[in-house]
Amino acid sequence: MTDVLDPSSKLLSRLLLGNTRRGFIGIIQGIAIVEGRSSLSSTELESQLIEMGFVEGARVEVLHEGAIGRDPIAVRVNGITIALRRREAQAVVVEPMQND
Amino acid sequence: MSTASFHLALVGAPNSGKTSLFNALTGSRQKVANYPGVTVERKAGVFVTPAGRNVSLVDLPGTYSLRGRSPDEEITRDVVLGRFPDEAMPDLMLCVVDATNLRLAFRLVLELKRTGRPMMVVLNMFDIAQRRGVSVDIDKLSAALGVPVVTSVAVRKAGTEELLRRTDEFAARTREPARNNEWKTLSISELKALQREADRIIADTIKLPEKPDTLTTRVDAVVLHPVAGLLILALILFVMFQAVFSWAQPLMELLSDSFSALGQLVQQILPSGLLQSFLQNGVISGVGSVLVFLPQIIIIFLFILLLEDFGYMARAAFLMDRIMGGAGLHGRAFIPLLSSFACAIPGIMATRVIDNRRDRLTTILVAPLMTCSARIPVYTLIISAFIPATQIWGWVNLQGLVMFGLYAVGIASALGVSFLVKFFMWRDYAPAPFMLELPDYKLPRPKSIALGIYTRAKMFLYRAGTTILSMMVLIWFLASFPQPPAGAEGPAINYSLAAMIGHALEPLLAPLGFNWQIAVALIPGMAAREVAVAALGTVYAIEGGKEAADQIGQVLATQWSLPTALSLLAWYIFAPQCASTLAVIRRETGSTKWMVVTFVYMLTLAYLASLLTYNIARAF
Repeated sequence: MTDVLDPSSKLLSRLLLGNTRRGFIGIIQGIAIVEGRSSLSSTELESQLIEMGFVEGARVEVLHEGAIGRDPIAVRVNGITIALRRREAQAVVVEPMQND
Repeated sequence: MSTASFHLALVGAPNSGKTSLFNALTGSRQKVANYPGVTVERKAGVFVTPAGRNVSLVDLPGTYSLRGRSPDEEITRDVVLGRFPDEAMPDLMLCVVDATNLRLAFRLVLELKRTGRPMMVVLNMFDIAQRRGVSVDIDKLSAALGVPVVTSVAVRKAGTEELLRRTDEFAARTREPARNNEWKTLSISELKALQREADRIIADTIKLPEKPDTLTTRVDAVVLHPVAGLLILALILFVMFQAVFSWAQPLMELLSDSFSALGQLVQQILPSGLLQSFLQNGVISGVGSVLVFLPQIIIIFLFILLLEDFGYMARAAFLMDRIMGGAGLHGRAFIPLLSSFACAIPGIMATRVIDNRRDRLTTILVAPLMTCSARIPVYTLIISAFIPATQIWGWVNLQGLVMFGLYAVGIASALGVSFLVKFFMWRDYAPAPFMLELPDYKLPRPKSIALGIYTRAKMFLYRAGTTILSMMVLIWFLASFPQPPAGAEGPAINYSLAAMIGHALEPLLAPLGFNWQIAVALIPGMAAREVAVAALGTVYAIEGGKEAADQIGQVLATQWSLPTALSLLAWYIFAPQCASTLAVIRRETGSTKWMVVTFVYMLTLAYLASLLTYNIARAF
């Protein structure tokens, strides 16, 4: 089980899926949950994300953004398309993919 | 035979094609009911295998895991584990896997394997997968998973042959002693480990194409576009409501002509008197005036089922999430609310897909405000009697436009009420997450659409034949007894019980412009909204004599003022005129409190809206 990260963790300083824009392509580095951002407990949110395919090493592409506040987003993860809110996408740490 | 039958259960992720497989196997021999004690829909059916074995098949609610996040998912888990008291433990689980979407499904397969129950993996939609270049080494896959694997194409006639053959083979074998259940809720590291194992199995046994479904990608570029997408959604809804009005018209006229012909026939055959009046005015004109709306209900369901099967519903939820979020609703509430256009009862039951209790409760409270199909008869009757059928801008039917307006007011009030609920009651809670798979687009199968419409039309007809018919008989009784004294002046109904009740309620409803005939019709309208139409028919048919029986609308146009008609329309947008909806709310929320809350707030809104409409309309 992933621990709730303290704010100084280096995972947090990285790029979060929830902050990326349409067209972003990257690789998932892991799940880093800040307790209180989502109404779910961190275990529950992480389980749900994993069940939907947000696992380390997966390729992720932001396909669509909603009309209001560019939220929610639709992302392609390992061949399936998932719609989620930016609030939850903040838990997914990503790294931009080079030359693809 | 049920004792000897073989129990099969379909388990699988949402969008895995479970339902189309279920339809392919059982055809029309299926039954939709509730699991005892809970309100999760239980879909079950029976069929006979080629070897002549009786099989009972249950379609378990779709789930990504056995964690049981929602009441639906808990049912799946409990049935699979044999913990569900009133459901036979399946002799064989068919784990349905969308062959175009394997990763999540295989993780579920591996999780299911831990239960130690006999299972078989069904690679469904195998034709689409092959067309996309997926190639599977079935034997190797079966060995790697440790369970038998079959392919199926639920939509094709011969597509389930192999599945049936293997099921027969399995059932014929002597049962192996059950293995121990090793399943318990997975920790995150176990979850990750299972996913890695699933990925390894896929890498070893399946060749996946590089390119995703390009058609879906291209369609989504337009359909999910922030501006174009919302316009398309609005257009779809608009076309849907125009269709309900224009396409259904010829059929409705045919039905209504047939019923009045039948009424005439009864009038000619039977001597004047109570029996003739009962059959012609009570039964035929009563039930007939409700059955006329069957074409419209079929069209509404046709649209909802088509959109669902295309895979558009999830897109609509995506497009609407933020907009609904502004009103305090969850994106997932869109599907229950859209179903409420057909009927609030399935809509309220569909709120079970919302796992957060507060979001679910808000959705339940506002679902009855969505314009259900039972309101259509009332709206249609009043609109066609009072609104001219002129074309504006050359192509828009004014009647259709008014109908669209009534739907729009319903939607707006639902959003408004939910905003207030969120603001006053649940201000301090963070919104629940929204995470939804957007399945690839698929062509709907005519057979499965037809089955869906058939089931719903049957439900409507059943209601017309039972609840509505008995209400009609009651209304006819109230309107006919006591009979007027000999030599009395005026229509007979003026002496009846109905008139007494109507007159008693009249002072309360007079500020809304309602006369006593409307007051009479509203009472049985509590059983079901559309009954009010039939009740008005009965009340006016009996009052106006024989020639009035066929054209309620024409009678209303001469008897009511326009403000009264508009006021009744406004009343029907809000009024809690449906006892079954209230009963479902009590059952779903597990408390009488929310039922009372719904009733009181809707009644208040209805009264205020009618009062306002009537007085504004009179001022012009």
